[in-house]
Amino acid sequence: MPAQEAIPSTGGREVLDARDVSRALSRVAHEILERNKGSEDLVLLGIPSRGVPLARRIADKIAAVEGPSGGVPVGSLDVTMYRDDLRLKPARALLHTDIPGDGIDDKVVVLVDDVLYSGRTIRSALDALNDIGRPRAVRLAVLVDRGHRDLPIRADFVGKNLPTSVAESVRVRLTETDGEDSVTIVDNPVETAGEAS
Amino acid sequence: MRHLLSAGDLTRDEAELILTTAEELRTLADRPIKKLPALRGRTVVNLFFEDSTRTRTSFEAAAKRLSADVINFAAKGSSVSKGESLKDTAMTLEAMGADAIVIRHGASGAAHRLATTGWTRAAVINAGDGTHEHPTQALLDAFTMTRHLAPEKGQGLDGRRITIVGDVLHSRVARSNVLLLKTLGAEVTLVAPPTLFPVGVETWGVETSYDLDAAIPKADAVMMLRVQRERMNAAFFPSAREYSRNYGLDAQRLAAMQEHAIVMHPGPMVRGMEITADVADSDRSVIVEQVTNGVAVRMAVLYLTLGGSESES
Repeated sequence: MPAQEAIPSTGGREVLDARDVSRALSRVAHEILERNKGSEDLVLLGIPSRGVPLARRIADKIAAVEGPSGGVPVGSLDVTMYRDDLRLKPARALLHTDIPGDGIDDKVVVLVDDVLYSGRTIRSALDALNDIGRPRAVRLAVLVDRGHRDLPIRADFVGKNLPTSVAESVRVRLTETDGEDSVTIVDNPVETAGEAS
Repeated sequence: MRHLLSAGDLTRDEAELILTTAEELRTLADRPIKKLPALRGRTVVNLFFEDSTRTRTSFEAAAKRLSADVINFAAKGSSVSKGESLKDTAMTLEAMGADAIVIRHGASGAAHRLATTGWTRAAVINAGDGTHEHPTQALLDAFTMTRHLAPEKGQGLDGRRITIVGDVLHSRVARSNVLLLKTLGAEVTLVAPPTLFPVGVETWGVETSYDLDAAIPKADAVMMLRVQRERMNAAFFPSAREYSRNYGLDAQRLAAMQEHAIVMHPGPMVRGMEITADVADSDRSVIVEQVTNGVAVRMAVLYLTLGGSESES
């Protein structure tokens, strides 16, 4: 029913394997701490579906570095209701939103997502945050930045820059959702006449 | 989901989708800004031909929290009192660009009529038609029961025993609840005096009983129904006192209920008749919570009918 289904591992060329993903997330965690000068007032919000386990992993890596007092709250932010293409398809099932208990007011919110592409999801996330509170700052951490932005949005922390063409798709598989960690690039199926996208 | 006319139209998957969506929307009530933009620019008309407190304000709150524009139509202050028909009223609303019509009407089948005649292209949501159905009430009741009786995710109401007590004959709430609870896997028992059971209730797939005290100890939830005096034009029981002695929920019967069992009522209550004041105000009663859940459930219904592109189903 709702949420997402595990992506099967078929075809495409792998650009990140499990160890590459882990190293990229470690570097992202360190960059977040470096930029913030510590873990104070940080809140990680993963964008469902795959942003959520990524946010948790980054929080775990931060805790490993900063020690027991350096824990960072982790939550999730569903942006379905704020999408700019809501009216183009039948109503979508909502995913889970969980804002940590202390809220986001005057915090440094780091949004976490798997792939940054057009930027529209992040724009929706910024609108959603606006209705929840007023963070001191909002930053963006992504596992993959594949270019082709439709909006003036950029990531602060990037696991891997992947130049891609519009005829390709980036498939991110994570252990928590798909059974293993990998990032592959696959060619989009060729659309026949009359098929809607 | 194009219209919501009957609880019996919902498959188990559809019903569970509405309930999980409502669960997500319920947390909105805790935020300082209780608004989501999903229905911005849509117009929802509350077309109420019968009196209502809860349902109408609940739908109004639900639509406004989704940023829709709400028009309230109450029959008393309208041209219906001059003899205008449902058809002309509907066509007037269509001309004003209604995207959804929430209709409560005294005639059973009114919602279905509005949805199928082509007088309006709006999505139709049944807020109670005569003695026939009240699907959003059944959904919010199921939502409330799930929160208390099956709080772990993925648990449905399978095997749960729900007892509904009172004026089943005239109750659209009972009908919708029976249909939805069976879809969700619950076992339903109806308790009423013989005069308040509809003909054919034995085909509903529920247990029936005239004895409230026998049914109470087995129930996981007890739902009390108001005696619908306004729909009665015959004598169904000798006196109100005898009714409430035999079929009212009082402290003694509350004590006979299982510890985890909850007390429900769709409202409005007639305190002292079907339920005593101390039971209604006790901590076993979830009656006020039902009202809060009603807004979340109606938000889910409005979002799933109007939030995306128009779907044919």
